Amino acid sequence: MPASTSAVDVRVRHAEHVMGTVVSFDVPVSARHDGSLADAIGWLHWVDRVFSPYRADSDVSLLARAETTIGACAPEMAEVLAACALIRDLSGGYFTAAPGGQFDPSGYVKGWAVERAAALLSRAGSADHLVNGGGDVQCAGGRAAGEPWRIGIADPLRSGRLALVVSARDCAVATSGTAERGPHILDPHTGQPASGLASLTIIGPSLALADAYATAAFAMGPARARDWTASLDGYAAFAITAAGDTWHTPGFTRHITE
Amino acid sequence: MRRAILAVIATAAGLVALLSFKTHSAERTVATPEPSASLPPGERSITGDVANTAYGPVQVQVVVATSKIVKVNVLEQPSSTEHDLQIGQFAFPKLISETLSMQSARIDSVSGATYTSGGYIKSLQSALDNGA
Repeated sequence: MPASTSAVDVRVRHAEHVMGTVVSFDVPVSARHDGSLADAIGWLHWVDRVFSPYRADSDVSLLARAETTIGACAPEMAEVLAACALIRDLSGGYFTAAPGGQFDPSGYVKGWAVERAAALLSRAGSADHLVNGGGDVQCAGGRAAGEPWRIGIADPLRSGRLALVVSARDCAVATSGTAERGPHILDPHTGQPASGLASLTIIGPSLALADAYATAAFAMGPARARDWTASLDGYAAFAITAAGDTWHTPGFTRHITE
Repeated sequence: MRRAILAVIATAAGLVALLSFKTHSAERTVATPEPSASLPPGERSITGDVANTAYGPVQVQVVVATSKIVKVNVLEQPSSTEHDLQIGQFAFPKLISETLSMQSARIDSVSGATYTSGGYIKSLQSALDNGA
């Protein structure tokens, strides 16, 4: 391809309704032409069919009803269960694949699926893209040559506003909170909705982990979450308490743009 | 440019909400806009349609430089009561500064609590996906 045309950065935005939410893509136009955008979308719908707890015939539903075995499921099931067990142990039981007692690994699956979708685009040759699954982002490269992606963190206490803007390059940004669906994150140790935080954001390399870490930290409440997130290697946290106070771990500082 | 227009629409919606607290007879104040000829090179002004609110007509003008709003002028606003004057003194400057600060954020995406398919429609991410 001549240099004059490769310098033209034509981008495509696509929003796909899947997994009970919307997954938004910002990709180079080449991802549409080489089929990798379609592959990434197809992957997300496959994950929905296999892992949705809302589909009676999904592997997750069959497992929850003990009507199948892990060995009879898609091989990805064992991978997901192993990751959930790892994060459960790492978080002192604040993350679980059975919130509320019923088998439901959704707290890991969405971030993992979006991270894999972004990896499919990378494998096809895209250097700069961003995939946002319902508010959890995995990005590669930057918005333009030499410029990182700029990702707004929604203000959980003022709808439609941003709390701050972070710069991100080749990493994930995941936020857990009550702003969209109310107090739905349970503290697995009490079975009650977690309180004390309005939202908690994690930045780090993998969206599968960042998303699960954000859920676990949110369930911990402000004090325990602050200590735990500070101990995470390679992952930084930013929190907004229900009272509107904010704090962040030292590693988060370099992402703050203004 | 779409994002700038979105911000102006949001501002206009805010104005209408503010002006809808009570009704009274309309009286208008027409400010003198800066003549376009006096704009620095590279800047241009766009004048919105007059929005008829319960309080009377409101009209705004934005000054744009390379697809970024650099100034918002309120060309027309109601001014017949104390309430109107308060709006003119406090609310318009606040809404204008919010318009200017929102677009200066220049964000690519938004991270927040997970929205449902239905909640997406109202989200900032939805506005970005639609080319705002």
